[in-house]
Amino acid sequence: MSRTPDSQQRVKFYQTGTFTVGNRLLDDAQRTVQASVERANSLDSGHRACQGCGEALGARYVVDAALRAADDKLVAANATGCLEVFTTPYPESAWRLPWIHSLFGNAPAVGAGIAAGLRARGIDDVRVLAQGGDGGTTDIGMGCLSGMFDRNDDVFYVCYNNQAYMNTGVQRSSQTPPAARTATTTVAGSEPGNELGTGKSVPLIAMAHGIPYVATASVHDLHDLELKVARAMEFHGARYLEVFVPCPLGWGSKPADTIKVARLATQSGMFPLFEAEYGEITATTKIRTRSPVDEYLKLQRRFAHVFQPGNEHQLEALRQVAERNIRRFDLVADTEDSA
Amino acid sequence: MLQQIEGSAAVAQAVATCRPQVIAAYPITPQTHIVEGLGDMVRRGEVGNCEFLNVESEFGAMSVCIGSSAAGARTYTATSSQGMLFMMEAVYNASGMGLPIVMTVGNRAIGPPINIWNDWSDSMAARDAAWIQLFVENNQQAADVHVQAFRLAEAVSLPVMVCMDGFILTHAYTRVDVPEQADVDRFLPAFEPRQVLDPAAPITMGAMVGPEAFAEVRFLAHYKQLEALDLIPAHAAEFGQIFGRDSGGLLKSFAAEDKDTVVVTMGSVVGTLKSVLAEMRADGNSIGLLSIRSYRPFPKQQLCDALAGAKRVVVFEKSLAVGMGGILAADVRMALANLSIPVYSVIGGLGGRPITSVNLRRMLDKGVADELEEPHFHDLDVDVVHRELERLRDIQRPGPSAESILRDVAGAHGATGKSA
Repeated sequence: MSRTPDSQQRVKFYQTGTFTVGNRLLDDAQRTVQASVERANSLDSGHRACQGCGEALGARYVVDAALRAADDKLVAANATGCLEVFTTPYPESAWRLPWIHSLFGNAPAVGAGIAAGLRARGIDDVRVLAQGGDGGTTDIGMGCLSGMFDRNDDVFYVCYNNQAYMNTGVQRSSQTPPAARTATTTVAGSEPGNELGTGKSVPLIAMAHGIPYVATASVHDLHDLELKVARAMEFHGARYLEVFVPCPLGWGSKPADTIKVARLATQSGMFPLFEAEYGEITATTKIRTRSPVDEYLKLQRRFAHVFQPGNEHQLEALRQVAERNIRRFDLVADTEDSA
Repeated sequence: MLQQIEGSAAVAQAVATCRPQVIAAYPITPQTHIVEGLGDMVRRGEVGNCEFLNVESEFGAMSVCIGSSAAGARTYTATSSQGMLFMMEAVYNASGMGLPIVMTVGNRAIGPPINIWNDWSDSMAARDAAWIQLFVENNQQAADVHVQAFRLAEAVSLPVMVCMDGFILTHAYTRVDVPEQADVDRFLPAFEPRQVLDPAAPITMGAMVGPEAFAEVRFLAHYKQLEALDLIPAHAAEFGQIFGRDSGGLLKSFAAEDKDTVVVTMGSVVGTLKSVLAEMRADGNSIGLLSIRSYRPFPKQQLCDALAGAKRVVVFEKSLAVGMGGILAADVRMALANLSIPVYSVIGGLGGRPITSVNLRRMLDKGVADELEEPHFHDLDVDVVHRELERLRDIQRPGPSAESILRDVAGAHGATGKSA
């Protein structure tokens, strides 16, 4: 089933006091279905992801939604990383679609090559998905990613952003937030954790390429994630989706808190959700009830030191990240007076 | 059709007759004219249904090739020198995944000091990357061997490099009988991939393999190259029947039979050596030439058979394993390990240093007299080297040699000045 532009009418979610999303209040067609014989389950059970892995959840929904949009005619290119390693320990594979892993930094180019190869062979109904973590996408894969955007290759690229190199043991990436502890930004010295004032926003960089579609999504809102995947698949050309995927191992959060952590990142302004078409922002997800940044940070050991005396400036820097996002993306709903 | 044509243009036309479906192009001297030519032909609609991608780097080029080949498309690219190094991770990946990509290498030195001219450093850097490496002596072979390369790559599911000397061949205008489409179609069947990314039959490619199976994967790569040792001459013979030309094959003897001295080399220097050796034979020397056309797989047994009667072997190569010596020479010595034939290693033509009939004759006169040191650096400016070595002796941390040697060569003194 491919979604028509009609389905792009934005669904308004009804949230209860416990923050669960009212799936049952939606039309059947718009419900997110966890288990169904019709569901592709393209990322099958039995893979080796950790408990509470945000990436496994995000990838499962992304790939299934993309498969639905492509009438099951989808090929995936995967960067090296957790997602690759935990799904394909030879001779097993958790993937139920044609899938190729080549290298750490070349998934966008491999995707571009697949798209070109299919086109040259006259195959016009098979779509291409390329995916990787934030290291493979926004650091080592940046050249290939930008090239793919620049050429507007017909590839839907999804970055599962867990803000560090998790597969190699939690080292800093360009997506690691200020002050966060990683194995290469340890809690030592006068400025513990990641340096302040570093990093980059790849969705904004993607938008600067003027590609048809750019969006951010998070595993706490799977309806939104699926709709964005479906929207992305309505376009041809280069598309980019960044999915916020907490990593309990790397962040020092409880596996059971993955969804909660993801939701607080959005609700606090730390990870803005938006969509853009041809370089212009077309929609942002408003924050209905703003959560304090501290509440988000306190669930993660990687930020524990920012609450220690002497590190107040780090906590303040993190709060400012949220402030800036809220200002920049106009995240707070008009009905509510923020700060 | 016979044409007076630039080597790169001849290769571009030959590749076009192979009906490539995806071409990844990134400029690096001296291969650039090849992809320029192909891009132009694709735009003019002369290459059928072909996607020509202007990529952002050589790493991107080979990565696009990996994707398109895995999607079942006949795939081509070209590179040189630093470009080869920049794509190296993907070079290993293409062969490891058994993707039959064909790549021209316009052979060029690797810096620093940065140098755009010819030697074999780039191909040699990829020597162990499990690609088949075919070297060509002239532009007729360059055109022909590309046609054979696609056939071979797809037959053994391994990628193939066609190695042609940069500038000396890529930029030389010579007479080339560019393969005709109808003949190429007789020789080269359409690409039928062994495995392909197809939603109708999903497969996982590039899975992680642990110690339990990795060695077997490597063994099979080696085994497939050994299979190519049979296919390469068979393809060359079939090519000869259709095109009426001797191109390709494992190695080629130019009057090497029953000679006391046999020179072994690869690539375009074969042309110069043929005339030098003819002259030496006319002067009464018993000397012949053996050209290695397939460097990987290396035809050990065939080489051993061809050299068994020689009294000495002189290996001339445009490559150097620093700290060890000649790279081709080491392979030749290994092939001759069970024969007691002295093998002289001669390293020349590095960074495009001209190899002339005169300096080759001077070197080979020493060769036939068993007077070559190990290894012999052909046409080395010994005075410059000695002055720099003298300077080094006087200074504890002398810095890079390249700058002071250039100063010396240019005659701007200070190079020998102790205050430098």
